[in-house]
Amino acid sequence: MSQSTKSYFLPGPSFWPLIASISLFLLAGGFSMSLNKIAMGTPLMVAGGIALAYLLFGWFKEVIEESVSKHYNKQVDKSFRWGMGFFIFSEVMFFFGFFGALFYARNVSLPWLADAHGLTGAHAVWQNFSAAWPTAGPSLKLEGAMKPWGLPAINTLLLLTSGVTLTWAHWGLMKNKRNQIIIGLALTIALGAAFMYLQYTEYAEAAFTIKSGIYGATFYMLTGFHGLHVTMGTIMLAIILFRVLKGHFDSHDHFGFEAVAWYWHFVDVVWLFLFIFVYWL
Amino acid sequence: MSSTTTTHDAHGHDDHGHPTGLMRWVKSTNHKDIGTMYLWFSFTMFLFAGALAMGIRAELFQPGLQFIKPEVFNQLTTLHGLIMIFGAIMPAFVGFANWQVPLMIGAPDMAFPRLNNMSFWLLIPAAILLLASFFVPGGAAAGGWTMYPPLSVQGGMSVDMSIFALHILGVSSIVGSINIITTIFNMRAPGMTLMKMPMFVWTWLITAYLLIAAMPVLAGALTMLITDRHFGTHFFNAAGGGDPVLFQHVFWFFGHPEVYIMILPAFGILSTIIPTFARKPLFGYASMVYATAAIAVLSFVVWAHHMFTTGMPVAGQLFFMYSTMLISVPTGVKVFNWLATMWKGSMTFETPMLFSVAVVFLFTIGGFSGLVCAILPVDIQLQDTYYVVAHFHYVLFSGAAMSIMGGVYYWIPKWTGHMYDETLGKWHFWLTTIAFNVTFFPMHFTGLAGMPRRIPDYSQQFAEFNMISSLGAFALGLSQLLFLYVVIKCIRGGAKATNQVWDGAQGLEWTVASPAPFHTFETPPQVK
Amino acid sequence: MNKKAIFFLSTILGATFAQNGNAAYELNLRAPHSEIAHQIYDLHMLIVYVCLAIMVVVFGVMFYSIYKHRKSVGHEASQFHEHHLLEVVWTIIPAVILIAMAVPATKTILAMKDTSAADMTVKVTGLQWKWEYDYIGKDVKFISNLATTQDQIHGKSEKGENYLLEVDNPMVVPVGKKVRVLLTANDVIHSWSMPSFGVKQDAIPGFIKETWFRADAPGTYRGQCSELCGQAHGFMPIVVEAVSEEKYAAWIETKKAEAAAGAAGSDKEWTKEDLIANGKTVYEKNCAVCHQANGAGLPPAFPAMTGSKVALGAMWGADGKYLKDSHVDRLLNGKGVMPAWKAQLNDVEIASVITYERQALGNAATVDPIVQPSQIKAAR
Repeated sequence: MSQSTKSYFLPGPSFWPLIASISLFLLAGGFSMSLNKIAMGTPLMVAGGIALAYLLFGWFKEVIEESVSKHYNKQVDKSFRWGMGFFIFSEVMFFFGFFGALFYARNVSLPWLADAHGLTGAHAVWQNFSAAWPTAGPSLKLEGAMKPWGLPAINTLLLLTSGVTLTWAHWGLMKNKRNQIIIGLALTIALGAAFMYLQYTEYAEAAFTIKSGIYGATFYMLTGFHGLHVTMGTIMLAIILFRVLKGHFDSHDHFGFEAVAWYWHFVDVVWLFLFIFVYWL
Repeated sequence: MSSTTTTHDAHGHDDHGHPTGLMRWVKSTNHKDIGTMYLWFSFTMFLFAGALAMGIRAELFQPGLQFIKPEVFNQLTTLHGLIMIFGAIMPAFVGFANWQVPLMIGAPDMAFPRLNNMSFWLLIPAAILLLASFFVPGGAAAGGWTMYPPLSVQGGMSVDMSIFALHILGVSSIVGSINIITTIFNMRAPGMTLMKMPMFVWTWLITAYLLIAAMPVLAGALTMLITDRHFGTHFFNAAGGGDPVLFQHVFWFFGHPEVYIMILPAFGILSTIIPTFARKPLFGYASMVYATAAIAVLSFVVWAHHMFTTGMPVAGQLFFMYSTMLISVPTGVKVFNWLATMWKGSMTFETPMLFSVAVVFLFTIGGFSGLVCAILPVDIQLQDTYYVVAHFHYVLFSGAAMSIMGGVYYWIPKWTGHMYDETLGKWHFWLTTIAFNVTFFPMHFTGLAGMPRRIPDYSQQFAEFNMISSLGAFALGLSQLLFLYVVIKCIRGGAKATNQVWDGAQGLEWTVASPAPFHTFETPPQVK
Repeated sequence: MNKKAIFFLSTILGATFAQNGNAAYELNLRAPHSEIAHQIYDLHMLIVYVCLAIMVVVFGVMFYSIYKHRKSVGHEASQFHEHHLLEVVWTIIPAVILIAMAVPATKTILAMKDTSAADMTVKVTGLQWKWEYDYIGKDVKFISNLATTQDQIHGKSEKGENYLLEVDNPMVVPVGKKVRVLLTANDVIHSWSMPSFGVKQDAIPGFIKETWFRADAPGTYRGQCSELCGQAHGFMPIVVEAVSEEKYAAWIETKKAEAAAGAAGSDKEWTKEDLIANGKTVYEKNCAVCHQANGAGLPPAFPAMTGSKVALGAMWGADGKYLKDSHVDRLLNGKGVMPAWKAQLNDVEIASVITYERQALGNAATVDPIVQPSQIKAAR
């Protein structure tokens, strides 16, 4: 792999795509089986998970090695920027689907559900259902919906602060201030971990579950996927901290750092929407 | 334009030698090899899903239940739809993008060659999951390709397998689209400004945007379906405050852009072939670009026209009817532009051109039946009848699939270095076109008369037209074996293709040798 | 070459036509029998004519060009590729045509949505795979099943004139009265469609959707479920009979009498033979589509009746109440895909079908061999 940096780096043949294919096949096939109570499913899923972890570790290791040995020119760097930008856009659309579901349920379908069209008694589909949010629907009971101004407000503060510390670390990187980078990143990781701990506490104390009708479903689905993204973001930040310690970045060439920072800010912004639409309004 | 037909690479990536045999394909990072794999995958799936359609038409040959149980019939329609859409048409267009986009913009390869290969290899587990679902207890998914709950919540393990297959295909499409957009924005040869790009590249750029915006929404809808099935959520269950129609909204928010994902690249292929054989530049290039973009934007605000019978409030019905009707304006502009391109040209009618002219004509029929369906009161009569089946086969078979066939004939000399057999190509064209119309035109009539779709048996009044449709379908299916033969024959030999191939063809891909060498444009060409 | 192909196809088609010599080739929407259906019919014709006119003009140009501007006739290509005025014109003209189509369409939509001032209301519930009609305020409620026999479907007997379009209990309405239909479903989405009245409305489980119609002439009108709802989706037709007001009133009385007779049977002591005979009818109408007429079922989705643990096991506990997961429990309350039947079948029907399942279809239960309607009445 001795591409000169003048022209665009084109990698040689690679086994990673096949590993990706196998790992997702094991995960999907195994999950289908375990959902349908076939004993083989779980071991297959575990195998798929291991393959996926091996894939992510190995493929990123290869890319980092190529980056560190300066195979990537400016044009490649730009490709990475476009790629990361569109990846985040696709993530935005993923959350958009769930927010859309929440919006539709609250503003369109619940009022319909509550409209009995003049039917009473045995003719009615539901007895005495009114569409006040939060609700678990006409045949389930909802206990203890979330209040915004407790843990969620603290979590908002934690994530917003983590955005600031991350930017501060980035400034340090651009000015080659090693301590500032390390302290900034470490603080960000700590704030992310604190967020996840509080989120875990909130889940553990909640009186309702994902089975508690449309409120429980939208609440856990949205906060759950967000939590998953925070977890991934924190792991990515930890890897970046590790790479900083190894001296992989300099003040000009550090897209790995920036990509993770973009991702982290995206996760922040999603949280703000969650705070407003899931907890508050 | 400089000639850049370098066939060797002294300093580059292949000085460690390329794997041969199976490993060449498994480990490939070459856009041409990956494009070839996409196209073969697509063809295989096309034949398989076509075989499922033969089963459907055999059962519908006569009234009564003859060959298959109703439940199996529903499995055939469901998997025919899923595999044709996600296994045949979409991968075929990605195959074209892989082969042609770097050649057309003068790039050495795709921006992310390894991810490119991953996009392809993710198709395989998805295909295995879909095909294997026929053999699990209860058989394949039978709730229609749209998988509406609560019916899809009733289904067995195969529904889970199909959902995960679609998740994987979604990952593949998103990664592939990111790759294509990045390639187009970042890898163009010097001088190739956006408004100088070939129309095919433009249509794919816009398609890739649609994919990145739409596929994650599908992933969301499918995830909600999985949790409703297995984890006790009530997204689509009224008892818990959910709504089955919510799924339809989320699904069609993906589903309608998906329709354009399957037709915009076809428009790009037509806009490439017609100027070549008219020996005239594409008429109204700029307006073509704007029309494509307009269709793409509108595609996100028309989704509920698939749901006119769900009982939306009147304001919603009117909005979605008006926005849907509006789409026919930019679509019309495209058709007019193609006609103006042909006008006063010096036309010849080789197989690609025959396919293109037929597509313009037949797609327009599909467009008009689409307009009929857009008029909400009329759609009330037509929704879920065979009229809709006729409509979307006119846009998806004679629009998308026949464009793909035209595109294959057009570029296969560049891919293989051989000319295909023109006589057999023309046979394939005429057989396909006639059989297609025999199959699908009568469905307009059965639909108008009220024959519902997705039924294994029908009342006697529909018997004649169904028999005609079935005969047409068998002929259509057999004709595609001829296509397979023509392609294989062309790969194995034939008249040597020149670099230019078609005397009216324009663009960078015709400046490289035929067959296109393994590496092209390693030194970017200058575009004036 | 293509001539050969055309000849080949026309031969096959000719054979097809000959085989069905006296067939009616329906080419258009069904004859409209309500104001809305008339409007839709006219709207459709308008659009079709406009589209045909555009096709003739546009493709007239294309085929002229194909004929004249060919290389083989020596036509030289001109190189024009822009004409702004033309582009503006062919953007604006279609837009104007669309507006002209949208105006009448909008009027019809507003009329379709107006369910006010209805003369009567019927609640229609879609079930896998039949329809339930509930005449609000009339105390009339019944299930409407496919009447076509399995023998006809499987080609063992001649198919009737209304093959797959006939039911045992049609919906009866008075001619000229505005009927408001409230639609819902019990299990999955169905769609209630009546082309002659221009009505098609999805039935969404848990939700109520409205539509309306006013039949303009007496007659029998037929439609089919129009949303995929599972394996027997093609076998749940809709039949509406529009009759004079007097006949309608008489029909209401008949229906009430039928229901009363059914309820009276609950208190009578039935013989095993009568229960089995009655149960066979109930079974074939309601159960055979999944569990099959011979009781073999369609495993794994629909278990076999023959040898079933549920159909052979004990039904009653020591306290006289039915056991959980017993045969009675399954019929009354359902489980998973199996629907609850207590609201759809009366005591006699449930007792008969349980007895039939225990004593026929290859079964001969020794524990609790039969069940009396009075026991079902008490168990509800």
